[in-house]
Amino acid sequence: MKRLDRKTRKHALMLSLALVTGGFAGGAMAEELRLITWGGYAPDDVVAQFEKETGIDVKVTLSNNEDMISKLRATGGAGFDLAQPSQDRIVGVQRQFNIYKPIDFSRVNTEQLQPSMVKATKDSTELSGKHYGVPAVWGTSGLIVHNSVADSVKDYTDLCDPAVAGEVSYRLKRPTLIGFGFALGLDPFSAYNDRDRYDSILAQVEDKLIDCKANVKTYWTGGDQLLALLRTGEVKAAMAWDAGGWKLNAENPEIRFVAPESGALGWIDTFAIPRRSENEEAAYKWINFVMQPEIAAKITNASGNFTASKGADEFVRAELADAYRASFNDEAINNIKWYPPVPPGLETVEGQVLDRVQAAN
Amino acid sequence: MMKDSASRLSLWLLLTPFLLWILLLVLVPHLQMLRVSFQVRESWDTLVWGFDQYQNFFTESYYWRTFVRTGVMSLFTTFLTLIIAFPIAWYIARLARGRARGLLFLACLIPFWASELVRTYGWMILLRESGLISSWLQLLGLADAPVEMLYNDVAVIIGLVYNGLLFMVVPLVTTLDGMDENLVEAGYDLGGGHLTVMREVVVPWAMPGIVSGCIVVFMLTLGSYLTPILMGGKDSAWFTQQIFTQFITRFNWEQGAALGVLLLFLSSVIVWIGLRLSGQSLRKVMG
Amino acid sequence: MTSHSDLSCTGLVRRFSGHTAVDHVSLDVPAGTFFSILGPSGCGKTTLLRLLAGFDKPDEGDIHIRGQRMNDVPPNHRPVNMVFQHLALFPTMSVGENIGYGLKRQKVPAAERQKRIVQVLEQVGLPDLAGRNPQQLSGGQRQRVALARCLVLKPTLLLLDEPLGALDLKLREQMKVELKHLQKAFGTTFVYITHDQSEAMVMSDQVAVMRNGRFDQVAPPEVLYRQPETPFVAGFVGDNNRLRGDLVSVEGELADIRLDDGSRVRGRIACEGLEPGSRVDLFVRPESLVLAGEAINPGYTGMDARIRTTLFDGANSRVEAEAAGQTVYARLPQDGSAPRLGENAAVRLAWDPILARVFEAAT
Ligand SMILES: Nc1ncnc2c1ncn2[C@@H]1O[C@H](COP(=O)(O)OP(=O)(O)OP(=O)(O)O)[C@@H](O)[C@H]1O
Ligand SMILES: [Mg+2]
Repeated sequence: MKRLDRKTRKHALMLSLALVTGGFAGGAMAEELRLITWGGYAPDDVVAQFEKETGIDVKVTLSNNEDMISKLRATGGAGFDLAQPSQDRIVGVQRQFNIYKPIDFSRVNTEQLQPSMVKATKDSTELSGKHYGVPAVWGTSGLIVHNSVADSVKDYTDLCDPAVAGEVSYRLKRPTLIGFGFALGLDPFSAYNDRDRYDSILAQVEDKLIDCKANVKTYWTGGDQLLALLRTGEVKAAMAWDAGGWKLNAENPEIRFVAPESGALGWIDTFAIPRRSENEEAAYKWINFVMQPEIAAKITNASGNFTASKGADEFVRAELADAYRASFNDEAINNIKWYPPVPPGLETVEGQVLDRVQAAN
Repeated sequence: MMKDSASRLSLWLLLTPFLLWILLLVLVPHLQMLRVSFQVRESWDTLVWGFDQYQNFFTESYYWRTFVRTGVMSLFTTFLTLIIAFPIAWYIARLARGRARGLLFLACLIPFWASELVRTYGWMILLRESGLISSWLQLLGLADAPVEMLYNDVAVIIGLVYNGLLFMVVPLVTTLDGMDENLVEAGYDLGGGHLTVMREVVVPWAMPGIVSGCIVVFMLTLGSYLTPILMGGKDSAWFTQQIFTQFITRFNWEQGAALGVLLLFLSSVIVWIGLRLSGQSLRKVMG
Repeated sequence: MTSHSDLSCTGLVRRFSGHTAVDHVSLDVPAGTFFSILGPSGCGKTTLLRLLAGFDKPDEGDIHIRGQRMNDVPPNHRPVNMVFQHLALFPTMSVGENIGYGLKRQKVPAAERQKRIVQVLEQVGLPDLAGRNPQQLSGGQRQRVALARCLVLKPTLLLLDEPLGALDLKLREQMKVELKHLQKAFGTTFVYITHDQSEAMVMSDQVAVMRNGRFDQVAPPEVLYRQPETPFVAGFVGDNNRLRGDLVSVEGELADIRLDDGSRVRGRIACEGLEPGSRVDLFVRPESLVLAGEAINPGYTGMDARIRTTLFDGANSRVEAEAAGQTVYARLPQDGSAPRLGENAAVRLAWDPILARVFEAAT
């Protein structure tokens, strides 16, 4: 009896061992790049071309800033070989959770990148002399408006205008706080490291947002939801991303993306390498591959956002380029407010403001 | 002796995956959450032990108000689901026969082949200002401008009731199915009207199904996320949304964990109270 | 619709999609009597009872209870209560609550209610059980609770649908007698359904034999037994031997019959319109048959038979014999008067022709 017992146990052990090693073996078989990124940043045809040229399998996980950080934080920077967080969300997170490893710029083909963006990203992702981000894609938040209300909605705070009562939508997220801050004539970015001043800015924004609540149809939570609201005409003006506005513009010329008078909010999404990346080599290959002008243009065409690749513009779809030019004249481009790195702890304070706005009635 | 230990061994072999599952997927994460919930972030990189997160729940009115709101709406949804599911279950269990019965059951099941997201979008298509119901109302001349039926608590409850319906209907059908037709007839025969028979005979009999259905629907509703967020109004916060926000957008795992623990604890208390109450009334019925 | 009849039905019909379950049934139950409806499974007994209780509506015909038309009165407003085949005690209530349920509906005050529950439980012989759950009772006890639950309401009419069906044999025998006593004690009119003829015979004042939705005969048990009016009743009520043959001649009320093997027997004619030459069935009960040696009673008629086997069953012992190509049973008196019979022994079976009944043969 005893023997049987032990034998069975041994079998069970071997079985589970086989399962575990089998899993590992399967993983090591083909070279693999596990990429966590935004929708549209790794279009199927680009992935296919990369796989063909390098023989590396690409596994794409779609995500957003918060989700990316949460996932990497949960594993201490494992599970993915390459991530694409926004440049302002790297340093604070890195200092707090240590989930990325520095970029080795000698392995990045900076020739094909716009030097100003490389510099801006390097500056904003610097921590104790090391840099953590390579610029990839950039875009802005501003206003998507229907022509019928374009005259009354020219800045974020105009969303509170009685002319658009009940036909307005924005998110209860930090870009809204920042945007309203600028529109109120304040400068939240410069107050990032001055907690008292920032608190007072937030207090004013909070009052404005609570006042404005009656004007809002619903706070949107997902891109598809917002597009549906605008498409059906239920919402006439919203604070949103430029790419969404251009997409709608292509369907219905009456809807446009507008850079607000106080300035669009500019963000740059980067490449960052998780601390426990298992295939750094493939990560650099991917970075250098997708930043080639033709490839980068494909990504622009798919996502609607422009990239940091030098010379990609000439390969971009004409309509998209037109839409871009219609939204941004030179003045508007110069007026873009680029997000500086978010100091840790800021989100907690902002979160309380957002909670209070939602609870107010 | 040999047979004994052999059967014990096979029992253990059978139980092991289940126990592992419970341990790894239920127990360990919850313990981890419990541990995190008692941590307090002193500065960006130092943590100490403390009850601050729990204190926050009671002092920051936004948290407990959201919880109360979520709890009350879940209870109401559960009650409404029961009221709607009972006639359906009655029809399926006692009146429908053969094929009709299977088809009805299937009709209840079909919505669950789609995900919660799809179901919610379905309701949004119906209820939104530019949606079907609004345009029908205008066609029929019952409204002269588009009617917005989305983004309020009624819409949320409609969506939640729809999500919970099947989970109420199934246990009800199962218990009602086992009821002797003659019990109902005896109820009438001895002088009871419809209401009396329902109250004194049918409901006590169906009590196990009612209670289990209510628990499932209540927990499901309390834990639902997409429906309240997508269909809710501007100030319709849901407690799970709070937890999600704390974890994902605020990176405040400590607060999120505390809220999660509180949700688990408070919902268990509510279910326990419900059980006690129904148990009591059940005992009262039985004397 | 005599004033002293509790229940009177005329021409009741109930059809189920082409099949007539109750077919022009009329009946009249005098107050205080025990009325049984006896019939084989599927003959429509339950259907008829459900019409009386009000769970179902007749397609034709009228139901009157104490002179009041009941057709459109819902079950909860009829002065009728029913003991169900499977009793249908409320499992979620105690015995006391089961009995109190109907009283509550009649708005009997609590104190009075309690008194009547105790009283009725005593009457059915179950004192002190009010607090138990029905699941904690034996089959016989449950039976009594089901009765008490109805009787406490003092209904004009109590309907019982094979209430003894689920009990074991011994208990059934005992409950039979008890039911009869309870009915006498309460004085309530009982309409009792059964497919067991012995139940019907023991308890009833009147028995209706039902077949294919119709009543064949309504009579007191003894009349039913001695003077069945149809071959079905003759065959269904009590044990009976059936012998088939041709009618040769009729003398007065006696018929002379030639059995298929050529032997001639006689019996009393029980139906009209029989002509010499028609096929007939002769029914003679086992206890009417005498095993005659040589000496035969001069008025008797008889036939030759061959013993197949002896079936010993105490007072009910019989022999199985073969006569005229048919199986025949005869009672074996256990007073020592019967001869010892071996297998294949040749005997003569004789009977008083007055005790045998002759019907036109069923096709
Ligand atoms: N609801 C119904 N629909 C269709 N046919 C029915 C229905 N109820 C009864 N019948 C049919 O009517 C006939 C009489 O049924 P009923 O239940 O009255 O028989 P019964 O005499 O009580 O038999 P048993 O002794 O087996 O209980 C049966 O052939 C039955 O199939
Ligand atoms: Mg029956």
